[in-house]
Amino acid sequence: MIRFEPRGPVPVSRMLAVSVAAALAALMLAAIPMAFAGLSVFEAYGLMAKGAFGSLFAFTEMLTRATPLILTGLAAAVAFKAKLWNIGAEGQLYAGALAAVAVGTGLVSGPAYVLIPLVVLAGALAGGLVMLGPTLLKTRLGVDEVVTTLLLNFVILLFVQMMLEGPMQDPMGMGWPQSEPILDEAALPKLMARMRIHWGLIVALVAALGVWFLLKRTVWGFEIRAVGENAAAARHAGIPVTATFIRVGLLSGALAGLAGVGEVAGLKGYLTADLSPGFGYSGIVVAMLAGLSPVGVVLAALFIASIFVGADSMSRATGVSNYLADLIVAMALISVLVSGLFLRFKVRFVGGPAAKEAAE
Amino acid sequence: MTEILDILISANFWAAALRIATPLIFGVIGALVCERAGVLNLGIEGIFTAGAMAGWMAVWLGAGLWGGVLVAAMAGAFFGLIHAILTVPLGLSQHVSGIGVTLFATSLSYFIYRTALPDVSSPPRIEAFKPLDIPLLSDLPFIGPALFQQTALTFLALALVLATAYVLYRTPLGLAIRAVGDNPAAVESQGLSVYAIRIGTVVAGSAIMALGGAFLTMSAFDAFFFGMVNGRGWICIALTVFASWRPGKALIGALLFGAFDAFQVRLQTEVGSFIPGQVFLMMPYLLSIAALIVVARKADYPRALLVPYFRGQR
Repeated sequence: MIRFEPRGPVPVSRMLAVSVAAALAALMLAAIPMAFAGLSVFEAYGLMAKGAFGSLFAFTEMLTRATPLILTGLAAAVAFKAKLWNIGAEGQLYAGALAAVAVGTGLVSGPAYVLIPLVVLAGALAGGLVMLGPTLLKTRLGVDEVVTTLLLNFVILLFVQMMLEGPMQDPMGMGWPQSEPILDEAALPKLMARMRIHWGLIVALVAALGVWFLLKRTVWGFEIRAVGENAAAARHAGIPVTATFIRVGLLSGALAGLAGVGEVAGLKGYLTADLSPGFGYSGIVVAMLAGLSPVGVVLAALFIASIFVGADSMSRATGVSNYLADLIVAMALISVLVSGLFLRFKVRFVGGPAAKEAAE
Repeated sequence: MTEILDILISANFWAAALRIATPLIFGVIGALVCERAGVLNLGIEGIFTAGAMAGWMAVWLGAGLWGGVLVAAMAGAFFGLIHAILTVPLGLSQHVSGIGVTLFATSLSYFIYRTALPDVSSPPRIEAFKPLDIPLLSDLPFIGPALFQQTALTFLALALVLATAYVLYRTPLGLAIRAVGDNPAAVESQGLSVYAIRIGTVVAGSAIMALGGAFLTMSAFDAFFFGMVNGRGWICIALTVFASWRPGKALIGALLFGAFDAFQVRLQTEVGSFIPGQVFLMMPYLLSIAALIVVARKADYPRALLVPYFRGQR
């Protein structure tokens, strides 16, 4: 029989080891579907590595893909830290993108140092407000936020489609459901000439630092952790639990909204209803792989981004479906859940001679 | 007003309502069974997708229709087993594990479909279930067209509601399932294994969920499409709360939902020129949220829902 014995505080080195082990486990498990698709495993990983790191262009593409993943990863990490199960980052991302487009396509005009902050703020605010609804429903009425945030993802995507086919459609867009392009002064500048990598990455890294500081060094951060560990005990200790949930919800939604801002104002330049290939859901995997640590989120986002970019490139070379990337990411989540056990517990196999000795 | 009445008294409308409700009936019954044993199964969205893909593919590869249904159920059971192992003996977060199972089941289904059919432009079709034409009964006015133009899977769903209610409330097994969802320590003290009951229930519930997916590709449509489940799984999770974890209420909830959905589709043809189509498409999701809000105050959750149980620990 297997017994789990709780361990004390977890050192960072062991947390890192667990995440790396989970990532490796996912890559090894992926050999099964690869073989099913008739791929040579080493060749496939070679192609993926080349696709994500093989050239300066590949590397910047990987960083470009990591940008929204860092932000949605932070959104999930900060919410999960308080055990607020925000699974709605996908919808909040679209809300942020929609707000960015609403503000950035001519509603206001001005120089870049006015427009860019305005667009970023609008996106963050929209994402935060979208998460405020489920948070209030949870704190006021006890409605489970998992289901409401999941369902809102569909509602918001439909709302975006409605706006793109209606009031916000680009009159010059030949009837395609897309928004007008973001003004040049409102667009996040590129980081390198002739590459797609943009200032959204800096925003994401600053956000990671900010969340780290908040969680580790401020009273609000302490309250978030306390509520996550035991909401009832936190309430008993005088911590404002409801206010903490609302703060966390606003912050989590805002971070996801920023991911949408980056994609639309930094990368695409205009909004379509297929802006995100599930960045909101992948963000959950990023957060779990990171052990909910903000610095870990950056590393985990780089890993997941290289899987996605590498698999795209491998798929182009071999014709094997790039759904393989989603599969590896899903297996990484399950692997990290299982390996997390080794983090929190010592696993003992009891019932052997040792147990008998102990019984005597 | 008369248009609305016309809709409500047409047999076609009620036939559509029952058709829309069928996958939800499977989904809610499956989710309800798992939650009665204390395990929230957010893998449902992925299990729907897996059931839809596996059932369809089995038939496409040459199995009979009922063979396809069986394969779908087995696919659901497989993913249910993963969720059960992660959440019951390992005691991991049911939320995160469920999302993980959904991501895994969805991406695996898509990957297998794409690998088996690398470059098809239009999804291949199968010979789907046909409406059961029962002589005499089908000719009854109103009820005949509404009830007896459904496929065998709809009748299976209705039968499952009865069977689930019977098992849960009239058998020792049902008592044990409800008890592990309310007070697992008491079950253990009776010499029963909480783990075995919970794992078995989650596996069975997941197999039932997968039939909802199979209905989509083998009865409602005759092909598999990406994104075809489209949140139906999450809607079922909301309906489970709405139904207070009771099979009879689950049936009523799913039927109400189906009726509302069928109604708004018909309303759309009346007023569609004034209101964008997306407003109507949002309705099922908004309605689910509304259903959750309505029952939130009095929801009587199984007491050990989401609480992992560890042997010999109080």
